[in-house]
Amino acid sequence: MSAIENKSSNTPTQNSAQQLSGERLVELYRIMVLSRYLDERVWLLNRQGKAAIAASAQGHEATQVACIEATDPSKDHYLIYYRQFTAMIALGTEPEEMLRGFLAKENDPMSAARQFPLHGAHPRVDLFNFSNVIATQLPQAAGVALADKLKGSDAVTIVYFGDGASSQGDTHEAMNFAGVHKLPVIFFCENNRYAISVPQSKQMGIDSLASRAAGYGFPGVQVDGTDVVAVHEATQAAVERARAGEGPTLIEASVERLLPHTTDDDHTRYRSAEDIAQMEERDPIKVLSELLKRRDLLTESEDEKIHAAAKKRVNIATDTVDAEPYPSVETMFDHITDGSGNGGAL
Amino acid sequence: MTEIVLREALKRGLEEALENDPSVFMMGEDIGEYGGAYAVTDGFLKKFGPDRIKDTPISEQAFLGAGIGAAAAGLRPIVEFMSISFTLVAFDQIVNMAANLRYMSGGQISVPMVIRAPTGAGVQLGATHSQSFETWLAEVPGMKVVCPSNPYDALGLMRSAIKDKNPVLVAEPALLYGAKGEVPDEYYEVEIGKADVTREGSDITLVSYGYGMRPTNDAADVLAERGVSAEVIDLRSLSPVDLEAVVNSVKKTNRAVVVDNARRKGGVMAELAADLQQQASEWLDGPVMRVGSVDVPWPYNRGLEREVLVDKDNVLDAVAEGYGL
Ligand SMILES: Cc1ncc(C[n+]2csc(CCOP(=O)(O)OP(=O)(O)O)c2C)c(N)n1
Ligand SMILES: [Mg+2]
Repeated sequence: MSAIENKSSNTPTQNSAQQLSGERLVELYRIMVLSRYLDERVWLLNRQGKAAIAASAQGHEATQVACIEATDPSKDHYLIYYRQFTAMIALGTEPEEMLRGFLAKENDPMSAARQFPLHGAHPRVDLFNFSNVIATQLPQAAGVALADKLKGSDAVTIVYFGDGASSQGDTHEAMNFAGVHKLPVIFFCENNRYAISVPQSKQMGIDSLASRAAGYGFPGVQVDGTDVVAVHEATQAAVERARAGEGPTLIEASVERLLPHTTDDDHTRYRSAEDIAQMEERDPIKVLSELLKRRDLLTESEDEKIHAAAKKRVNIATDTVDAEPYPSVETMFDHITDGSGNGGAL
Repeated sequence: MTEIVLREALKRGLEEALENDPSVFMMGEDIGEYGGAYAVTDGFLKKFGPDRIKDTPISEQAFLGAGIGAAAAGLRPIVEFMSISFTLVAFDQIVNMAANLRYMSGGQISVPMVIRAPTGAGVQLGATHSQSFETWLAEVPGMKVVCPSNPYDALGLMRSAIKDKNPVLVAEPALLYGAKGEVPDEYYEVEIGKADVTREGSDITLVSYGYGMRPTNDAADVLAERGVSAEVIDLRSLSPVDLEAVVNSVKKTNRAVVVDNARRKGGVMAELAADLQQQASEWLDGPVMRVGSVDVPWPYNRGLEREVLVDKDNVLDAVAEGYGL
């Protein structure tokens, strides 16, 4: 199998995949901006004591929208991890639905306020997220892909994880399993070079995670995760490969974690000032906005409108959800089992 | 005596060991630059260097297994889990290996390793991060398990745990890192396997450990206002457990309520209640009453979580139900 490929938007794709239209690029930008405002709002709600914890996607937005764009939400499966705020929005989750999770409201569609924000199962898309025990989602994804293979479906499973998760046994075992059975699964790593405070150099003895794919018998691709076009192309190639029955792909998208690990963290304790400062140039919203303007796809005033609309949308969602009720304690025993057994009740 | 918080007490015990014994070293996620998820190892990296304060990749199975190997090879590893919930990832290494190696090698191999892990719910971390697996590990032959409820015990138990020639789990109640208490300036240890009668009384025995001591002490206060004198026992060690101390108390009070902060089912107190029933039945005026958190996965929502967690009213209800007090 091939060694690592290095993709950037300057490299033409070898496949016949569709290029992103200017219109779609602007749409992706719109989603990213909405995600950014909502993400900032959640952080604020944490500071107000209303949201217990949040992990931000700031810095990961481009890679998340571009990857989803290359898939088919009407049939594909998504096993996301806790940082995939933007991916959730790209898959059609409304800001209200997101906030219900963060504020642990009764109508949280993912987990009925039983589990961390964004964790649980999506009511419309085939998406689930139980990733907060790191890397558990990877073997599960191999199983979802195995089910498609056995059923003869051409759906693809995309499983997301961080660089930190790559050190777990689950990750190795899942990739090995998927390689053996040539499963239609894409292992998508959002490498922000940190597992909380532990830098990549203390997590692995290699520079590129994608190079590990060779050991499992499938291709590994490294891509600039701030580059929407490059991520889209890389994912499209992996999706085609999986649908054609050729097996898994490992994609490593390099991104920046613009904020601390979670609302509980202060990254100035372990990141140098230079490391933090250099991230500004790699802010995906800035990168895409400049690209759109360079290509005359977006004017300054259109950009302002996108920002204003996002801000307004977030305000409306916040007001709505803030006023909604929390789950009542009478529901405490609901969903432990399907109702059989004693459901855990005493 | 100096007043410090429980986090400081743990830190002092670890720091002393690192200073005095070159074979002691630490491994865990984010224990270096970050100083540990609950800041127990804050400043250690600078003081002791990266060879002895090892930030690990996220690979609990690997670093716990490596701890076993290093301990068997003559070092004294102290391994930190970010949450006791994540010991599950390494359970095979802990339960099948660390605990059994001495027995399975006919006494040739010892594993003098300390496993540290924050335990317990109450900080809105949901079903996967709020467990109390000291209750499971206390059942495993070959393992010692301790869980302090105050700074004095935290330092004394940490000293004993590090000196011990067996694998010892130090379960650190996540809600108590900031709990204050007096600690002597001169050296002392707290023997593993010895409970502490923290309040003397004559009418009823209340037993708990770790964070469970909070609702238990609160209940004892309420009982005192009602003229009921409760004797309160902090087990401190869950394996071995100091059954004798509890039996002696029951001989005096003839009543017992045992309190788990963990889920009620299968907890440490289930075991204790059964033993009391067997060994103290002739002194008991009623059933040993068992209290614990509700048997559901820990919910994320704050209101639900509070409802699930054991509180003083649960303890008082059990006192009333079992003994009409
Ligand atoms: C099994 C397990 N060990 C440790 C943790 C604590 N933890 C939560 S997130 C995290 C870092 C994950 O880093 P990475 O995979 O790079 O994802 P990122 O947050 O950087 O996107 C750690 C160590 C956990 N949740 N589960
Ligand atoms: Mg990371």
